[in-house]
Amino acid sequence: MTDLITMPVRASKAGAARLKQRHAAERRFRFYGLFAICFGLSCIGILFFTIISGGYSTFSQTVVTIDINLERDLIDAKNISDGDFRKIVQNSLYGLFPEVTGRRDKRKLANLVSPAAEYQARDYAVANPHHIGKTISIQVPTSDDMDQFSKGVIRADLPESERRVSDLEIVWFNGLKEQGRIETIFNRTFFKSGDSRDPELAGILGAALGSFYTLLVTFLLSFPIGVASAIYLEEFAPKNRLTQLIEININNLAAVPSIVFGLLGLAVFLNFFGLPRSAPLVGGMVLALMTLPTIIIAGRAALKSVPPSIRQAAIGLGASPMQTLTHHTLPLAMPGMMTGTILGMAQALGETAPLLMIGMVAFIVDIPAGITDPATVMPVQIYLWSDSPERAFIERTSGAIMVLLAFLITMNALAVNLRKKFEQKW
Amino acid sequence: MMTSHNNEPQANPFVDGGSGSRSTTKFAAKDVTVHYGENQALFPINLDIPEKQVTALIGPSGCGKSTFLRCLNRMNDIIDGCVVGGQILLDGRNINDPKVDVVQLRAQVGMVFQKPNPFPKSIFDNVSYGPKIHGTVATASDLDDVVENSLRRASLWDEVKDRLQDPGTGLSGGQQQRLCIARAIAVEPEVILMDEPCSSLDPIATAKIEELINELMQNYTIVIVTHSMQQAARVSQRTAFFHLGKVVEIGNTQQIFTNPKDHRTQGYITGRYG
Ligand SMILES: Nc1ncnc2c1ncn2[C@@H]1O[C@H](COP(=O)(O)OP(=O)(O)OP(=O)(O)O)[C@@H](O)[C@H]1O
Ligand SMILES: [Mg+2]
Repeated sequence: MTDLITMPVRASKAGAARLKQRHAAERRFRFYGLFAICFGLSCIGILFFTIISGGYSTFSQTVVTIDINLERDLIDAKNISDGDFRKIVQNSLYGLFPEVTGRRDKRKLANLVSPAAEYQARDYAVANPHHIGKTISIQVPTSDDMDQFSKGVIRADLPESERRVSDLEIVWFNGLKEQGRIETIFNRTFFKSGDSRDPELAGILGAALGSFYTLLVTFLLSFPIGVASAIYLEEFAPKNRLTQLIEININNLAAVPSIVFGLLGLAVFLNFFGLPRSAPLVGGMVLALMTLPTIIIAGRAALKSVPPSIRQAAIGLGASPMQTLTHHTLPLAMPGMMTGTILGMAQALGETAPLLMIGMVAFIVDIPAGITDPATVMPVQIYLWSDSPERAFIERTSGAIMVLLAFLITMNALAVNLRKKFEQKW
Repeated sequence: MMTSHNNEPQANPFVDGGSGSRSTTKFAAKDVTVHYGENQALFPINLDIPEKQVTALIGPSGCGKSTFLRCLNRMNDIIDGCVVGGQILLDGRNINDPKVDVVQLRAQVGMVFQKPNPFPKSIFDNVSYGPKIHGTVATASDLDDVVENSLRRASLWDEVKDRLQDPGTGLSGGQQQRLCIARAIAVEPEVILMDEPCSSLDPIATAKIEELINELMQNYTIVIVTHSMQQAARVSQRTAFFHLGKVVEIGNTQQIFTNPKDHRTQGYITGRYG
């Protein structure tokens, strides 16, 4: 009798200990998970903080208002655009600081504003020929160093020898500021021009369009081919040695370093077929090769995850294999396929190495107008700018990264939305 | 092995729809074998299935009932490594002939699966899918009629008539199974194959489906696989007992259940094994 009573008590004691242990293990596991997520989030946080804090100033530009005299003897009324506008701009600056006399100081003074000033003056004169001979007031960007100084990146409290802006330039700058000529405006140039040697004239549009055309080619090639291959392999191909070999090789292809695809593009597309160098067409083809395995693998996984009972139902009703595919299997697999494709495209958007091989790394000022124009892409542009000595290009590097990230986030948001929209509820 | 040309009196009064003549043979299986790769699942099967009657296939698990059922509308075609031998005559025509169009065959021989498998689409789309792909209806209002009729015959209409646009997957298990039956009869097949249609249903839903089978029998030939002896006895006129890939006994349902000739049949129906 006593045994009967003590036994369960003893058992429950051990049981309680086990229970406690199990709860502790669960808590520990949850803590690990939480820790991992926090770690990941803080890494992303740090990344975003460094990029945004270093790059947000790209979106503003310091400008100075100068009065220029469109002197008749420097402009030929018949051929306005050939006028000596450099001289005109220089004269206007000399007029602001008449005390500057030395040749070197004068050159420094002239460099206070960006070379854009003379183009702006020329464009103005061409547009308003009746103003020739008059004095007009235009707003021009300052040089990149003055811009950096104005934004506080180049600090005045450093000894003169350690900064790129001399004491004299600071005096001039402050003089202009006192006259109310200095302003900070939104940097439109960054969004509407291509690359340039002068940071204040350099923009991301050329690279963004290059990326767009490249991805367009990539998508148009890799999506149909990838989806068709996935469908054939998963739904129609007989399961034999050959298809097994193909499957293994597709998986291998997904693991090939991207630079190898670049070399292949160089050897085949450029050297053998003679396609243009630096063109989004070739870049897109190379990236399509790289993205194909991703799309095929994702597509096959998506098709595999469609329950066989749906196929049986359709076939049992007398649907042909094609109808079963287009009416049932494909719509159900589409969200998965699209997710795979968009992830592949996002990967392609960030790819640099294979594009270097086919010459998309050149310094290209013109904005590409089509898939055969020379172009570069955003990650390559970032790489090029990060390599430049000017302080202002460092800032633009971060700015370009922000634009690239914005594109990526947009694409991923699109992926999530598309998936939500097409997802079937079971 | 016995065939169905015996003239035993039929158990069910619905037989022959009052035409007066004895039921004709719808399906005749002649030496049908099935291999899954190396494994032989069916050993030469000879079995006749009479028209406008319910034939029940019973037998222990793994004896090849589903395999045989799938032979009747060539659903085994989609299983890799499955090889079917012998002849199956549907109205005297061999359906294993490679020249036979399986799409037409499956329109003629519909199937209801063990697990309800409605498409993840609306109730209406589920039922209208078959008529649409076979082009059997001309206008939208005809399609509406076909959907309503099919749902009525599957005794589901009253439960879903106000929510035809709701997803078919949102119905209860029993309703889903009746939806699948409605989907199958919307194609106007001549034969309906049912593989354990009630295995996941409660007694009420089961009773509804059995009632439905009784009703459908007037117009359709039905072959049903079931593990429930009572169900086989209730709904079928003929019963075939499968064992280890062979048909051990086939005959009038009443006779099989009251006076089985083979001791294995007797053992199975009395619950001694299986
Ligand atoms: N797709 C398949 N691939 C390989 N072997 C199969 C396949 N389907 C069935 N078999 C084999 O064929 C034999 C008969 O299977 P079948 O499904 O016809 O049995 P069943 O009588 O329907 O059984 P249950 O009553 O459990 O449904 C079994 O031995 C099974 O292992
Ligand atoms: Mg079965």
